[in-house]
Amino acid sequence: MTDKYTMTDVAMPQLAESLVSATIAKWLKKPGDPIEQYEPICEVITDKVNAEIPSTLDGVMGDILAEEGQVVSVGEVICRIQTAGASDGTVASAGGASEPAHSPGAAISGDTSMRSRYSPAVQTLAAQHGIDLNRVQGTGLGGRITRKDVLKYIEQGGSQGAAAQPAVTEPARAERREQSGSAASPFSGLKQQPATPLSKEDLFTPIPDVRHSGLHLTETPKIPTIEVEGGGRSDYFIDVTPIRNTIARNMRQSVTEIPHAWTMIEVDVTNLVLLRNKLKDEFKRNEGVNLTYLAFLLKAVVNAIKDYPIMNSFWAVDKIVVKRDINLSLAVGTEDSVMTPVIHRADQKNIAGLAREIDELARKTREGKLTLDDMQGGTFTVNNTGSFGSILSYPIINYPQAAILTFESIVKKPVVINDMIAVRSMANLCLSLDHRILDGVICGRFLQRVKDNLEGYTLDTKLY
Amino acid sequence: MAVMEYIDAIRLAMKEEMEKDESVFVLGEDVGVKGGVFTTTKGLIEQFGEMRVLDTPLAESAIAGVAIGAAMYGMKPIAEMQYSDFMLPATNQIISEAAKIRYRSNNDWSCPIVVRAPIGGGIFGGLYHSQCPESIFFGTPGLKIVAPFSAYDAKGLLKAAVRDPDPVLFFENKKCYKLITGDVPEDDYVVPIGKANVLREGSDITVIGYSMPLHFVMQAAEELEKEEGISAHVLDLRTLQPLDQDAIIESARRTGKVLIVHEDNKTGGVGGEVAAIISEHCLYDLDAPIMRLCGPDVPAMPISPPMEKFFMLNKDKVKESMRQLALY
Repeated sequence: MTDKYTMTDVAMPQLAESLVSATIAKWLKKPGDPIEQYEPICEVITDKVNAEIPSTLDGVMGDILAEEGQVVSVGEVICRIQTAGASDGTVASAGGASEPAHSPGAAISGDTSMRSRYSPAVQTLAAQHGIDLNRVQGTGLGGRITRKDVLKYIEQGGSQGAAAQPAVTEPARAERREQSGSAASPFSGLKQQPATPLSKEDLFTPIPDVRHSGLHLTETPKIPTIEVEGGGRSDYFIDVTPIRNTIARNMRQSVTEIPHAWTMIEVDVTNLVLLRNKLKDEFKRNEGVNLTYLAFLLKAVVNAIKDYPIMNSFWAVDKIVVKRDINLSLAVGTEDSVMTPVIHRADQKNIAGLAREIDELARKTREGKLTLDDMQGGTFTVNNTGSFGSILSYPIINYPQAAILTFESIVKKPVVINDMIAVRSMANLCLSLDHRILDGVICGRFLQRVKDNLEGYTLDTKLY
Repeated sequence: MAVMEYIDAIRLAMKEEMEKDESVFVLGEDVGVKGGVFTTTKGLIEQFGEMRVLDTPLAESAIAGVAIGAAMYGMKPIAEMQYSDFMLPATNQIISEAAKIRYRSNNDWSCPIVVRAPIGGGIFGGLYHSQCPESIFFGTPGLKIVAPFSAYDAKGLLKAAVRDPDPVLFFENKKCYKLITGDVPEDDYVVPIGKANVLREGSDITVIGYSMPLHFVMQAAEELEKEEGISAHVLDLRTLQPLDQDAIIESARRTGKVLIVHEDNKTGGVGGEVAAIISEHCLYDLDAPIMRLCGPDVPAMPISPPMEKFFMLNKDKVKESMRQLALY
């Protein structure tokens, strides 16, 4: 430690109660970068929160010990920060920490103060086997004869002549004994807490101790797609992130538990296209958000669910639970995951309100700012698969809901109307349903109602 | 056999018992829509509905009182206290009503409730989220108290508690929730109430404990065996009331040197009773004074991290005590 620089360890802090580990998402500082106190040094993700870890001190980034994508236990060192001068602080304590608080007293190698203090167990054994305890060598504290010493003596057939020097054969034990307490009070070493007030070391919290506060808990989560070690020339491995893992678990649970059935209907949305084109610019000006087709669809779906409330239910083994509130889950994709944030009480919102909610949730999803509340309580899911060009899809139900509906691309097609061919804007709606709860007839009627609602939009439809 | 977290094992036990028995239901603060502050009851309201997963007002006396009434009427409630620290408003209901109903009614009535409460510190929870209240309820005849240390025991003991015909306090350790994982059979098994469990066989010293600190004991025992040849016999009490006297006596006789470890503070703790049992039955087998390593007798868990560290047991403290006892 003669160097004028000091390396200080930075440990993974306890980000929330009951969390024991976190994944490093991204390092924001490279070795050699200057760092100010409270400046974020890396981003981490956990089951519960996503956060940036701020630096605890000014300095220069030294070694990075935890790689991106690595799961690190709370308290484990993730990097070292180099600070100038003052090397007598934290590092010094690391070396001396293992030293026992009480220094060894006078040498007690010849101590026999406990030689003739026999415990009940020793006396019991001695009486049982007719042993003269004066002939037994004691290896305990202060030369005390332990129960084990007697057992050993018995094992060796009572001929303890050779056992005259067991203290020498076990030098390590004797040494430890020296450290563990003074001879005068053989049990003083057993105090569970040091009698002295907290030492400087305790108060200085030597790293790697866990920090508990000073975090920005609202920071953006980043999902690392990190290649991990392994693989060969023909393949490579990608780490499964917590989000990926959650998606996988939910999808598998849905597919294995719910018997899926599927149906599709075609809808003429020509009038809706005209209506939206008429209103969208003004809406954007007034509201600041885009007026999407999805908002109209959601309104149509909500109104159809009101007529067929069984669509808004889930299977509870011995009964079907029908939810009174209509909370629409909206599938929102990002580059490498999909989330289903929820529009709560969608039945109490008008088209403009829905458009604003869609915009808000989509933005929060992409920025990774969804809260737990945003994700919970969905009763029916809508997926705007048309947004990535699909014209037909077979969605997996958002467990434990009863059904999921997709809104496919709007495509201009020749359609026969009154025996004449017209060019109309058409779109498919696909529905996957839990066949334990729902059957074809009810779903057909429900889809028909959604279709009627969508085709019922006219240039006079009000957004508010 | 699945590897799962301690908290998942508790959730699974509730789920299985609710599926198996219509009369089992859970109630507590935020146990429904939120799924519990620790997510212990997550998903239960979706599966069983709001009639069997009740979100209650912030009134522990009411949670316990409602549960007791329902139990007397034939239901099997699992009442959750969000933190065991908040349990004290319900002590009257638990000690004066639940514990005594069978006796008071000359066996006409019974009260098969389970009260789940997370105990323990080390989670930066400060004085209102870290307490170990075992000693408050310990010594109340009519109550059973269990405190699992592993995921396996958590599931098995909770299932046994639900099926028990009398009130059971289930003290789960919140530090264990995510920290401790283990093999948990997915089938139906129970860990019997009233039976202690030998975690490790040994010949030099006997360590008796329950809940979280046993993990420190087991780590320290491994290290002491490897580094210094000290062989420790470890007994998990599992049930604090009734204590498994036979197992305690047998374990104490094994080595004649007994260390009792728990996080609850030393004075008036469970360890005192264990020590009394040993001295009543094993005087002539003792080779050293009975030792206790417990939380300090200070009023509350401090919030300052170094102070919390000072307060909490850890592997090094346990190891040092075990070593000293072995050397005695």
